[in-house]
Amino acid sequence: MIWNEHAECMDREQLLKLQNERLRNMVSRLYYNVPFYRKKFQEAGIDPGDITGIHQLKDLPTTTKQDLRDNYPFGLFAVPQSEIVRLHASSGTTGKPTVGGYTRADLRTWSEVVARSLYAAGVDKNDVVHVSYGYGLFTGGLGIHQGAQKIGATVIPASGGNTKKQLQIMHDFGSTVLACTPSYALYLADTMKELGMDPSELKLRRGIFGAEPWTEEMRREIEAKLHLKALDIYGLTEVIGPGVAMECEHQKGLHIFEDHFIPEIVDPNTLQPVPHGQVGELLFTTVTKEGMPLLRYRTRDLTTMTVEKCACGRTLARLNKFLGRSDDMLIIRGVNVFPSQIESVLLEMSETEPHYQLIVDRVNNLDILEIRVEVNEAFFSDEIRQMENLAKKIKANIESVLGISAKIKLVEPKTIERSEGKAKRVIDLRKLVD
Amino acid sequence: MLLKQLSVFLENKPGRITQVTKALDEIGVNITAFNIADTSEFGILRMIVDNIDTALQALKAQGFSVRTTQVVGLVVPHQPGGMYQALEHVDKAGIEIEYMYAFAYNSKAAVIIKADDTQKLVEVLSGSGYHVLQEGELIQD
Repeated sequence: MIWNEHAECMDREQLLKLQNERLRNMVSRLYYNVPFYRKKFQEAGIDPGDITGIHQLKDLPTTTKQDLRDNYPFGLFAVPQSEIVRLHASSGTTGKPTVGGYTRADLRTWSEVVARSLYAAGVDKNDVVHVSYGYGLFTGGLGIHQGAQKIGATVIPASGGNTKKQLQIMHDFGSTVLACTPSYALYLADTMKELGMDPSELKLRRGIFGAEPWTEEMRREIEAKLHLKALDIYGLTEVIGPGVAMECEHQKGLHIFEDHFIPEIVDPNTLQPVPHGQVGELLFTTVTKEGMPLLRYRTRDLTTMTVEKCACGRTLARLNKFLGRSDDMLIIRGVNVFPSQIESVLLEMSETEPHYQLIVDRVNNLDILEIRVEVNEAFFSDEIRQMENLAKKIKANIESVLGISAKIKLVEPKTIERSEGKAKRVIDLRKLVD
Repeated sequence: MLLKQLSVFLENKPGRITQVTKALDEIGVNITAFNIADTSEFGILRMIVDNIDTALQALKAQGFSVRTTQVVGLVVPHQPGGMYQALEHVDKAGIEIEYMYAFAYNSKAAVIIKADDTQKLVEVLSGSGYHVLQEGELIQD
């Protein structure tokens, strides 16, 4: 099913014209309304009038997460605050979240791309969409909600947590579509098994899963355990939220809604496009956003792209599976975690040394973060209670900064591997790429 | 009147206690009493040894987290009620015990006690006529 055939199946030449026109418009909005971008253009000696089309994107400045932090909270907004009708923020960044500001038109765009995503997954107004993404600053819950409402489906705003109740609601209300993170989908499946519930007792037929990377193996497991077709949705708060790209029922890559978000795959070092089909970092330019348009935003996700018409009829470019990150960010239970955040927590505590190691694993389909911290002479106590209190204090401090709980393991001094130059800070035992 | 105890922080992993005892063996240090306090994540090995300074240096040199703690060594009559009567004095004085462990001392029984106020503990016990071990006493035996 295709929600907006005009936009999604457009002739690529026609699409290019539309993108060029929208980019020109966006560049001038950025130049005149956002001092940050005006300065970047001036430094690069680029006049907004020089830009005629997306073939020049490679010459334009990029935007990083750090730029968003430096301009926290509203410094990159391109409209007066009176035009902003909604704020969202992404989780866990060095104490400061990444903010997204939406105008009325932005919310319409967002609902539109989520509506397209749901249709791509074969979801329509006859469906009962159970949204188990968190509702709140996180874009997952409200993002899917608005799109499901737009297509006229029955929406259940279940939000996260209370798994048993979720299952009861799914059972009693006849949910046909489940939207959540893939690891939560597996957790639900396992809880069902524990409760002696059979998946055939539910009416689920589609799953809209995203907010974290997952493998084909996980897909097969979810599909087998929940008796549904599992589809991948991609998005990020900075760009708009879920609905930047979505898999169709052919499960052959994620269609990027290119009339709104222009993708590039570049070499992370040179920021120049890589030859077609090669792995590189994914960049997005949001050509229709009003509240916070971003130019060449560096997602840090490594992937490849396909620009061939899909069997579903869409002409949009497709993202293939994600192969990793060009930085050291980890996604743990849907929360973005940088090792440097943990380091700064430890540095702020007088009792600890910044010698640590992060062990990430997936146990019973939930991400587990263990932080190993070296005990030094200065804070080593002969009393168990004091040592345990120290571990609790580290845990609480990490939790308040990252928003996720971690298991703290105190280890002996100098036992954490130190390699020359770059210390091995992260051991990720999860299998996220096939 | 206080004894010095060695405390070593140990991660829960195989072979760690063996390594501590090996280090002490290499320098000829004898262990008079020891105890392990453990949690699921780590343990603390507490020991009374005959040459604490040498032991401390050797363990530090091998990268262990070590510290010394002042504790009280109490000799109690090896008979029913022996421990109870001693502890009654401690309770009456309002002293809180953090941990204790027992060991054989000649044919008698002895306990190592760590309390919130170690000095007061010594005074109370000595005042009640108990034999409180002094540094050096254990070595000669």
